[in-house]
Amino acid sequence: MQLFTCPFCGPRDETEFQFATEAGKTRPEPAAEVSAERWAKYLYMKDNPKGPTREIWLHVTCGEFFALERDTVSHAVTGSMALGSDL
Amino acid sequence: MTRRYSAWTLAKEGLRGHGGWQQAWRSPEPKSAYDAVIIGGGGHGLATAYYLAKNHGMRRVAVIEKAWLGGGNTGRNTTTIRSNYFYPESVALYDFALKLYEGLGRELNYNIMFSQRGVLTVAHSEGEMEIASRTVNAMQINGTDAELLTPAQAFDKAPLLNRDPRARYPVFGAVWQGRAGVARHDAVAWGYARAADGLGVDIIQDCEVTDFLVENGRCAGVETTRGTIRAGTVGLAVAGHSSVLAAKAGFRLPIQSYSLQAMVSEPVKPCLDTVVLYMGTGTYLFQSDKGEIVVGGGLDRVPSYAQRGNPPMQRTVLSGMLEMFPSFGQLKMLRQWAGNVDVVPDSSPLIGPSPLAGLYLNCGWGTGGFKSIPAGGWLLAHLMATGSHHAISRPFDLDRFVTGRLVDEAAGSGIAH
Repeated sequence: MQLFTCPFCGPRDETEFQFATEAGKTRPEPAAEVSAERWAKYLYMKDNPKGPTREIWLHVTCGEFFALERDTVSHAVTGSMALGSDL
Repeated sequence: MTRRYSAWTLAKEGLRGHGGWQQAWRSPEPKSAYDAVIIGGGGHGLATAYYLAKNHGMRRVAVIEKAWLGGGNTGRNTTTIRSNYFYPESVALYDFALKLYEGLGRELNYNIMFSQRGVLTVAHSEGEMEIASRTVNAMQINGTDAELLTPAQAFDKAPLLNRDPRARYPVFGAVWQGRAGVARHDAVAWGYARAADGLGVDIIQDCEVTDFLVENGRCAGVETTRGTIRAGTVGLAVAGHSSVLAAKAGFRLPIQSYSLQAMVSEPVKPCLDTVVLYMGTGTYLFQSDKGEIVVGGGLDRVPSYAQRGNPPMQRTVLSGMLEMFPSFGQLKMLRQWAGNVDVVPDSSPLIGPSPLAGLYLNCGWGTGGFKSIPAGGWLLAHLMATGSHHAISRPFDLDRFVTGRLVDEAAGSGIAH
């Protein structure tokens, strides 16, 4: 059983968390000018990296989204932070 | 030349101490150029090479594998073959694979141990029985076999099922697909490898693709750890590593990689002669020919390339098994493993041209890659040889994410991949 750290609640069991998406996606605006191709890229296309990654997770227990830095091969977690303007 | 296997050659070799068998396939040095190169020596890649040679008469074909044949997901699955899907596009695809499997042992002259022992999908409430009858109707309309079973009929198929009326997931009935079954996974890879080799395909193991050769915006071959290999057409069939190769080719895919784990118990006497899936627990299991109980379930919850599986899902799967078969409480588990699978938002595969011209995709099979091997190979071979879709693969093109014409089997059949 792995522990993930919620920036608000501290270390908790991995089953309390839910993966949301990759970090760094920006919703294209304004909607009227967004082509189907660009919208599909935003909605569906992923880097899905093997190794270090930065992701958005939900701590289901407290209901907060946050950023988690971890490795998709070793599963080591290297950082956990509240969402800010840098995303 | 590949020697034909038969009862006669087996008997003859038996008398001679089995000294006369040849290697099932060669291990040639890679040539500098081929008409077609397939990346990935799992079931799908080897099947693609076989059908390129068999259906399209191509002789200068190579399969490039970074490790050994069938060492990825082909050797890490639970070998179940079925076509119990909801949408016509899906049934056309998976039933095509099932039909090819039905004749595959004979076609490849290799015993793949395909055993059509049926899949029993058990429902636990009136509501789930409505879903079950909807699935049965859809499957019948789409031209594959399906039957709705009463609890008595379900217990008849799997006598050890939990009959306690107070069970958390009582048996209300089931969907039965009798043509479904299991096959020996290694034999599928080895059978295709041997048959493809017999048609002149070069199978190159221990050779990793490090980059793509791009000329005038078109894929002209691959860079590998054993040199540059030029190719007229390139196919990608690398299962859980599709995004990694796509990044080298300069595009992204709608794929997230997850671990899918499975386990086997110690061998026990014959007690279960079908594949059983519970809609409620998501656990499914069958008994292998060696007597082991093979158990699998849903995906791990953490995106991963780790190929090992996390304990919470292991607990979920095993507690599901105990709910379904209380008498298995004394079983000792022998092995646990995980494969690394491509998960696509609509739980359907990606088959078609990639954004890089000359490179074709066969990926995104999620948890259902093994059962699709013959169809995946046939369709990718068609794409690589003709440059255009087969009618069966057309709905699974990458363009569906732009047009919105998704084939959402997670919603359609409740199959969680």
